[in-house]
Formats: sequence, structure tokens, C-alpha cells
Amino acid sequence: MTNKKTLNINVEYITRVEGHGNIVVNVKDGSLEKCQLDIVESPRFFEGMLRGRSVFEAQHITSRICGICSCGHTLASIQAAEDALGFVPSEQTIKLRKLLLHYETLDSHILHIYLLAAPDLLGVKSFVPLIDSHNKVVRRALRMKKTCNEVCEILVGRHVHPISAIAGGFTKLPREKDLDDMLSKLEGMRPDMQATVELALTLKFPDFERDTEYVALVSDDNEYPMLMGEVGSTDGVRMNKKDYKKITNEFIVPHSSAKHTKLSREAYAVGALARFNLNSDKLHPKAKEVATAVGLKPICKNPFLNTAAQLIESVHCLEDCIRIITELKNSGINYNEEIVVGLNEHGKIPVKAGNGAGAVEVPRGILFHNYEIDDKGVIQNANCIIPTNQNLNNIEYDMKKLVPEMLDKSEAEITLGLEMLVRAYDPCISCSTHFLNVKFVNR
Amino acid sequence: MKRPKVGFFDFACCEGCQLQVANFGEELLDILDVIDVVEFREVMSEKWEGDFDVAIVEGSITDKHAVERIKRIRERSKVLIAYGSCATIGGVNGMKNAFDLTDIRKYVYGSDYKFFKTQMTKALHQVVKVDYFVNGCPIYPPELVKVLKAALQGIPYYVPDYAVCVDCRLNENVCMYEKGVTCFGPVTRAGCNSWCVNNGNICYGCRGIVSNPNEKGMKEVLTKHNIPIEFILNKVNMYNKCRELVEGGEDDE
Repeated sequence: MTNKKTLNINVEYITRVEGHGNIVVNVKDGSLEKCQLDIVESPRFFEGMLRGRSVFEAQHITSRICGICSCGHTLASIQAAEDALGFVPSEQTIKLRKLLLHYETLDSHILHIYLLAAPDLLGVKSFVPLIDSHNKVVRRALRMKKTCNEVCEILVGRHVHPISAIAGGFTKLPREKDLDDMLSKLEGMRPDMQATVELALTLKFPDFERDTEYVALVSDDNEYPMLMGEVGSTDGVRMNKKDYKKITNEFIVPHSSAKHTKLSREAYAVGALARFNLNSDKLHPKAKEVATAVGLKPICKNPFLNTAAQLIESVHCLEDCIRIITELKNSGINYNEEIVVGLNEHGKIPVKAGNGAGAVEVPRGILFHNYEIDDKGVIQNANCIIPTNQNLNNIEYDMKKLVPEMLDKSEAEITLGLEMLVRAYDPCISCSTHFLNVKFVNR
Repeated sequence: MKRPKVGFFDFACCEGCQLQVANFGEELLDILDVIDVVEFREVMSEKWEGDFDVAIVEGSITDKHAVERIKRIRERSKVLIAYGSCATIGGVNGMKNAFDLTDIRKYVYGSDYKFFKTQMTKALHQVVKVDYFVNGCPIYPPELVKVLKAALQGIPYYVPDYAVCVDCRLNENVCMYEKGVTCFGPVTRAGCNSWCVNNGNICYGCRGIVSNPNEKGMKEVLTKHNIPIEFILNKVNMYNKCRELVEGGEDDE
């Protein structure tokens, strides 16, 4: 490279991501000296706070790690709690949990595609200017978002911090009318989803590739695994969720105090693109059609196309929700399964000491919860490893490849390119249970 | 009328209360007709250098950096709204205050704990003057609309100071104590339309405790149902630990 450029980029508080992060890039005489994503979210110490609390409160508390993925945290927490207790949920419960997870994935992907990523691709600072220039698009986005919220409200009381999904099952089960309402709302969303696909086909994503390892849940059945399965990777790894520590291999990097992860090589990626790369053959036929239309094929190595994978998953989730509800309508709901557990004061659910793990594909990738409980169901140790944490290392490697490729561009263009890259991962930094950094360069 | 300039800010929180704004759907555009959102980092890249007519602030204050930042926001804002439990009462972040701060830092971050500075969690009004409170984890959207209307007209909003049980009875729910579980509704501020109990779960006290809780009545209920008082006290901590804070409480770093 002949470019002898010197650059100091310091983006404080990256916007349009959930949580607080800074990008720091130093280029001296055309060579990259520093390139990192700092997390400046205040740590909240969830794992510490869980100690001494009932495992039946764990879902309620850990849901509050993140407002965007609160249903995902709820489901990972419940899975870990039930695993520790040795409780096996009913088929109906599992089906309803899959539905809930789809609702959140759909909701989160739509939020990201329209409100957080699209402004970049349309060259504006946020969705606000789009209210005038693309009014129909903004209205469609808000309408779809609201529908997701409404179906969640019917199923679990609300989307942000769901109420009725608990360890053991559901405190309230949807009535027949509720199933009908959810079904008609979701079927009503199809035209908007079609329009979303058409819009996405017009967007141009940056051209960039970096070979990396992709990690997601995998399974031997024909279902696109979101709620259950083993952990697999594009490098051929396959492990039980209980071995999550062997998958994440958290380590400290000298230049930052943020914990990073790696598996078979220097970094790995999780999220919609990782799931697509591992499981695309299990997608709903309509989602496969969209993949063909946008030209996404496994293994796709362009991180910017995570947004395209989210679009494909949105179509899959919508269609699979409709399938699940139709099945529930046909089989009928067994209301005897409705449970009131509270803190299990009266021992409705048998309690024993144990160690349980949960691994769930939440919108941004695989999420692990792990609890160790005593014979009274009191949490002794807790651990949560969130998707964004696992992506941080991979994002830095992407940045290190991207910056040299962009050196002939202006500083503003490079900055925007880096911000777009970070935003493509849809990072959820408010889930800051495990990382942070307070390293300010050049200030 | 010139649209008032509104900024959204967040401190230690899950950002779920801000997300509730996006959940208004197309009605959000009606709200945006009357207010001018000039800064909202979660969904906007725009930044505003001037003053704010209204600052809507989510999250608790948990470190020095946050103390300075909330003070600056207060200086720049005519009206400050504490938004969501983390901001109004400290919320789940307050559970940390039940632990030795150095110990909890070591537990979560191991030998690197020194990088992870923290202070006793505080609600916003324990650091700066707060003009309006929107309680709840998450906030109840109809209440946000009420508070916004009050704030924009410059009239006070009074948070209901009676128990969740009042709403719960109107909603004809069967009492959770009758179902054999311990509910925090009898001492928690109403205003959420007994959201959790309507959905078959117990009240966890996320809106804070009424100013004059019926302790005698609560004790009678607990005795009647054979529930040890420690059980309920532990539950107070989940959202309401910060109410114990005294001026100059011991901070760590």
C-alpha cells in the first residue's frame, strides 16, 4: 500500500446501537496501529446479584439485562433453571416458547432493518428524516413493529419483559380467541413483509469479505434450530450446551479490558448470518425464495449481509409462527397446564440441587445462561454470555481488514464504513454483563 | 406553537423503556407531530448542542462518569423526567447495593475487577432534581402519554399513591394470596393497571412502595398465609433496595 495516510478516528457513543460503544482507529503513515471497539456501558453485575435469589426469580431478573432481547433472556434463563431443577417442560410449553422466540426475532429484526440499518443504506442520519422522504416506509416499519408487539402482548402480557413465561410453563395460556387474533394479525402482516423484501432488494450493501468461523445452534431434525439443539460451527465443531465454556473460551485482550471469545481460530461470529450459514437448508420455503432473490448463499462471508440474513429469517419466523398457531388451533390448548408458581413457596415444582445450562438463539446470536442451585433452589453461581460479547472480537478483526481497504477514502467515509460495520452486527451493548472498557485514546 | 425540544438519554438500564416508545406504532408519528426529538442515541445519529425543553432519562446512576453526565443533562434541561424503574427507584440495579461492591466486582470480573468501577446504585432524584416520574419496569405506555401531556402543559402529574390491589380488584383478578403465592401488590404503587397479575403472575414491586404502606395489614396477610417476613423483605430488594440509601453511603471507586 502506497497510501501514507495518518488517521485518528474516535467515534464516541456509536449511535443506533443498543448500548454504548466507541470505535477507536489509529493509522500512522499508512499502517494500522490500533483498531478497536470499546464498550463503555456501565457494568450492572447481574451475575453477582443473582446469588442468593430463588431460581424461580432468575427469569424475571435476567430479562432485565436487555429490553430488546428480554424474551430471549427469559427463555435462556428458564431453560437453564429447568435444566438445573431437572424439570422437563411439556410439548405444548415448548411450542409456545418457540412461538414467543419467533415473535421477538421478528420484532428485533424489523427494528434493526428499518430503524437502525436502513438509514445508512439510504444515506440519512436516522429514521426521522425518512418520515418526510419515505413516509410510507416508516409507517410500514412502525406498523410491523406494533403488530409484533401486539402478538407478544397477547401471548405473554407484553414484549418488553414478558410476564407469563416462567420456569415450569406459562401462568396464562392463550384462549381460542387469542389464537385467532394472533393468527389474523400475523397473516395481515404478509403484504408488509412482501413490501419489506422488495425494498431490501433495492438496497446496496458494501462489498467486503472476511473468512471466519460461524457458530450457531444445530440439530439433526428438520427444524431451523432457535430454541433447542447442540452448538455447532462452520469449522466442524459440535458440542453440548453444557460445554459452553469450551465454546466461548473467554479471554482478556491486553489493549482492552473487554472480554473476548474464540473457538477454532482467532475469532468467531454469531447471529442471523451464522445461523443462515449453518442451517439455511432448514428455512421455510418462502424464506429460501428470498435468499435466492437477494443472492445469499452459505457460506456468506460478508458481515454487512447480516442484515440480509435478518430479512430472510423474518420471513421464516412469520411463516413458522403461522404454522405453529395453526397447529395449536387444531390440537387445542390444554388449560390444565396453566400454573401459578410464584417463588415456588409451596413446592409445586420439585426442587433439587443442580447445575443447568440454557442455550438459545436470540436475534443477535447464541445466548448462554448457566445457574448452579442448592437443594432449596437458591442460586449459588450464575453466568450469562451474550451474543454481542461473542461478536466483539470478530468485529475487531473485520475492522482491521476493512480499514486498510478503505484508506483511499476520506476520514468521514471510513468512519461511516466502520459504524455501518458495527451496526450490521446489530450489537446489543446494553447486555453489558461481561464487558466494558474505559480506555480513551487521544483524549 | 413551536414544538418543544426533547432528548432521550440512558444510564445503567436495559433500554427497554425507550423501546416502549417504538412500540407505539404509527401513533408515534402523532406524538412526533407535537414534540421535536432532537437527541435519542438508540435510534438517531443526530446530536443536539443546545438546551432541552424536556429530557427523558432512563437508567440508574452507578458511577462517577454518570454523576457528571446527569448533572450536565439537568443543567441543559427545563424539565427532567425520570423514565422507568431504574431511573425512578434504582430498580433491579439496586440489588447490587446488598453486596459488598468490591466482592461483587471480583465475582463478575475476576482478577480484572479493577477496570470495572462502580458506585452504590442511585435513582435519579438521589443525584439531581427530578420533575416527573414515570414508574415501572417497563414503563406503562398510557402513563407516559399522561406524563408527557402534563409536562408539556407545565402542570404536575401525581403518581398514584394507593396499592396495586385497587386496580387488581377492579380487574376482577383472583387474589394471588388465595392462589397460594406471595404478591407485592398490597404495598406497591398502582398505575400499571395490575399488568402482571392480569397475566397470571405476581406483582414484583417495580413501581416502588406507596408512601404510607399498610404494614399492619401486610403483616396480617403474611401471617394468615404462613409466609415468613424475611421472604417479603428479600423481595423488597429486587426493585426497592435504593430507598435505604443515606447521604454519603459508602462508594467503591
